[in-house]
Amino acid sequence: MSTAEHAVAHQFDDAEQQHEASTLGMWLFLVTEILFFGGLFMLYVVYRTTYPDAFAEGSHHLDLRLGAFNTVILIGSSLTMALAVHAAQVGRQRVLVGFLGLTIVLGCVFLVIKGFEYAAKFEHGLVPGPGFLLAGPLAPQVELFFCLYFAMTALHAIHMVIGVGVLAVIAAMATRGAFGPAYITPVELMGLYWHFVDVVWIFLFPLLYLIGGR
Amino acid sequence: MLERLGLMPTQASTVAGDVDALYLSLVALSVVFSVGIAAALAFFAIRYRRRSEAHEAEQIHGSLALELVWSIIPFVIAMGIFVWGASLFITLKRPPENAIEIFAVGKQWMWKLQHLEGRREINELHVPVGTPVKVTLTSEDVIHSFFVPAFRVKQDAVPGRYSTVWFEATQTGSFHLFCAEYCGTEHSLMIGTVTVMEPDDYQAWLSAGSGDGMAGPAHGDGPRSVAAAGGELFRDLRCHTCHRQAPGALGPSLTNVFGAQVTLRGGGTVRADEAYLRESIVDPRAKLTEGYDPIMPTFQGLVSEEGLMQLVAYIKSLAAGQDT
Amino acid sequence: METEHYLNVDYGIRSWLLTRDHKRIALLYLGSITFMFFLGGIFALVIRLELLTPAGDIVGADTYNKLFTMHGVIMIFFFLIPSIPAVLGNFLVPLMIGARDLAFPRLNLASWYVYSLGALFGLWAVFTGGVDTGWTFYAPYSTTASYTKVVPTIVGAFLVGFSSIFTGLNFIVTIHRMRAPGLTWFRLPLFIWAHYATSVIIILGTPVIAITLGLVAVERVFRIGIFDPALGGDPILFQHLFWFYSHPAVYIMILPSMGIISEVITCFSRKRIFGYSFIAISSLAIALLGFLVWGHHMFVSGQSVYAALIFSVLSFAVAIPSAVKVFNWAATLYKGSISFEAPMVYALGFIGLFTIGGLTGLFLAALGLDVHVHDTYFVVAHFHYIMVGGAIMGYLAGIHFWWPKITGRLYPETLARIAALTVFLGFNLTFFPQFVLGYLGMPRRYYTYPEEFQVLNVMSTAGASILGIGYLLPMLYLTWSLRWGPRASANPWRATGLEWTIPSPPSTHNFPTTPLVTEEPYAYPLREAREY
Repeated sequence: MSTAEHAVAHQFDDAEQQHEASTLGMWLFLVTEILFFGGLFMLYVVYRTTYPDAFAEGSHHLDLRLGAFNTVILIGSSLTMALAVHAAQVGRQRVLVGFLGLTIVLGCVFLVIKGFEYAAKFEHGLVPGPGFLLAGPLAPQVELFFCLYFAMTALHAIHMVIGVGVLAVIAAMATRGAFGPAYITPVELMGLYWHFVDVVWIFLFPLLYLIGGR
Repeated sequence: MLERLGLMPTQASTVAGDVDALYLSLVALSVVFSVGIAAALAFFAIRYRRRSEAHEAEQIHGSLALELVWSIIPFVIAMGIFVWGASLFITLKRPPENAIEIFAVGKQWMWKLQHLEGRREINELHVPVGTPVKVTLTSEDVIHSFFVPAFRVKQDAVPGRYSTVWFEATQTGSFHLFCAEYCGTEHSLMIGTVTVMEPDDYQAWLSAGSGDGMAGPAHGDGPRSVAAAGGELFRDLRCHTCHRQAPGALGPSLTNVFGAQVTLRGGGTVRADEAYLRESIVDPRAKLTEGYDPIMPTFQGLVSEEGLMQLVAYIKSLAAGQDT
Repeated sequence: METEHYLNVDYGIRSWLLTRDHKRIALLYLGSITFMFFLGGIFALVIRLELLTPAGDIVGADTYNKLFTMHGVIMIFFFLIPSIPAVLGNFLVPLMIGARDLAFPRLNLASWYVYSLGALFGLWAVFTGGVDTGWTFYAPYSTTASYTKVVPTIVGAFLVGFSSIFTGLNFIVTIHRMRAPGLTWFRLPLFIWAHYATSVIIILGTPVIAITLGLVAVERVFRIGIFDPALGGDPILFQHLFWFYSHPAVYIMILPSMGIISEVITCFSRKRIFGYSFIAISSLAIALLGFLVWGHHMFVSGQSVYAALIFSVLSFAVAIPSAVKVFNWAATLYKGSISFEAPMVYALGFIGLFTIGGLTGLFLAALGLDVHVHDTYFVVAHFHYIMVGGAIMGYLAGIHFWWPKITGRLYPETLARIAALTVFLGFNLTFFPQFVLGYLGMPRRYYTYPEEFQVLNVMSTAGASILGIGYLLPMLYLTWSLRWGPRASANPWRATGLEWTIPSPPSTHNFPTTPLVTEEPYAYPLREAREY
């Protein structure tokens, strides 16, 4: 059986207030994340409307299969995360640790595939900057597309890395019986964060990979 | 009078008086409100100062009526100022049709000005009095801003695009030209003079003058017109091989394109102004002309900003009935 | 025998550096931002010295450009934005709502460490060559043409931005979830409303400047060109993204100050505030409308006339809630019982100077007029009237007002009033001539200027030296008071508010029992001394 009588911090009156405060805090943090990504999305909207053909051309250079596969992986990891939260709610510690572990694995798969995609871009001279090798009438704006591609996916990947790290910590805590029906706040909040990162990708994927009739 | 006291700059353009009128009205409004508030504060502070510990305040929660009054009245005043400022702005944004044209390129840290008849200036701009002047601006590097306080006009010069500013000088003389957007080390030295001359003197000045370091061969003693330089560039860059007045030409004829409505591929039309012409040279696929294949290569990086101005001036000179 | 309170409960350095007490964290911040203020102030003094003469003779062009840049960066990012929330907000928000601490004390401490790390980056940039892009970091100058320490400065600004977000997040959760029983929203002190509105702006706006400056840094490091016209990038887009935060940022800087003024005016008129709900709602209105006006910084940059019209009309609209506050403060004095302790002197000065600053905002919102005065000293004067004449005067009002609560000591009243008047006079002499200079056409960020501008510049510099003295005085006498100031009682001002019901200084846990609130705020006269 889990222990999970988590102490109420001194500034709170009871566990319920603490839980509500933590949840509100995480939602506010996610709002800041929406605005953070939002700046890049705004740039994307403006540039894509101005250079639709260049963006389509850039998009065709992306590996649609890997992108689609990664999308499935990430959605799957959201499922495993939700199942982890549920396991925590009903106090099934081993299941919880299992699903957390599975989420971590899926997250890592995503990152590895992203790594392969980036490596391919390097090889093909599609990394913006002095090493950009694409030629053609639209090349400068295609380079602009890739600036956004890398900025948006790299920012997303950084959030994934942080997410995987925190999940590992939470999994370790779960292994030591820190969570149970009376206290699952970190797991819940991590669920919120993970779903957010997933949702960002669900926007990124079509906007980057599916331009120009693919 | 305020000018002689050193509190206001010279009014040297047609809009300066209007701008000053708005300014002074706002000064008056500000004086009324700030003196009013200060007086109220001072009066209340003195009248209701605490004379003894027994002095109690009267507890007043508020007054909806007052809140409405001092929300609505300032709002109405504010909207009035908005309308006034907006109409002035629209005037500032609409150069008259008969304005003479100057091209200006800002670069760290100088202004290069080009009269269409050929004379070029650095940090100096000669213009005739009583004539509208439209300056088309761009930058070669970072953002600059073309500012003539005596005319009350200002416009940023942004790399990669054209912007315009216009004025009509109302008195002769020399007036400060400043760069008003921080651009690096010698931003403070990117200043010059606008010299306003009588129209005859201006014409004489235009025809005189040596090459001023112009690129390309000089034709005769006078400065070569920008349009003529553009014509040479047009041939040097082989533009004429596609842009011809002939059936089966690969590119649209440019003879009457300036000022016309161009029908675009995929629908829509656009007015072919200077910015459109410049864009079509550096980014041909941005607006494709109906009926032609998108095969024009970009000349981005192959033509300088001055070259672009010469080409634009040349294409303008081809349009029937247009002045160059 | 001194009773135990949050200062003397433990003197060890670890008890300070690892504290979770919001009151100690507030003091950690006080030290940091005061240091940054004086560094930024020194840069300002050198700038004013240089501008005594038309020629560039004291410092070279590059040095001057770095001085005004770093003055701006330090004052805005490292001083004004944190100042009131991180010092007075941190100290007072839990006290004013009857809480034992903020919702997330460790996050609070983390925010100070993140701030300090950001400050270290900023200082490193300053002392290893400086940065010269202007605090506005306009592309393409910042991305391609500047050879100075842009990236470390951006890293510093980025970090203090996150520090700011942590603070804002903490305040919102605390105010929503930890109010004492009976403390409904419309019983909250206006200081709390002000900090709530400020925190909303922080949450929504700061991430955008973070990503925008981040892109500038990425563009410099990896030599890619998001804002590079050669690739089809748009430098004006940088401006849109930059000002989307940086305009609301000015409301981050002024709203907390307005909250202080409401507290001080009521206490020293012994009167409830006139129009409480209007002031409370105005704070929210300013926060929200403030996000819709950023384009008024860009009227001559090349945006369309339609966009300019919309931004102009909205900029006029956002002036109204601020005007409403000024009228309500003035009306609060009516039939009050007024005394003139230093906080009140500062507060009255605030109202006058903020009024002038706000009115000159109308000049800038008026499109046809802004064309002439944009990027001139008129703008410099306008924002200094609000930021210095407004925000900093408000900050000083607050520091003096709550000094007894924070330190348990009283400051010397006469000296404080003299300092307040010195600041007021020095300030006006420094900045009023700049309105005239700006209309005459003197551009910003110039180290050399035409001779006809000299007289006004000399006046401005003279004022700056007086202003500097005015700021030094509190440093001296407030420090003096820590040791030799008379000890303060729990409520030396006989003010309403929960923070005055506990000892000065408070104990670590603030309230021995959670208070129950039954009255509206500013329920003067204070019938009985309610001491918990």
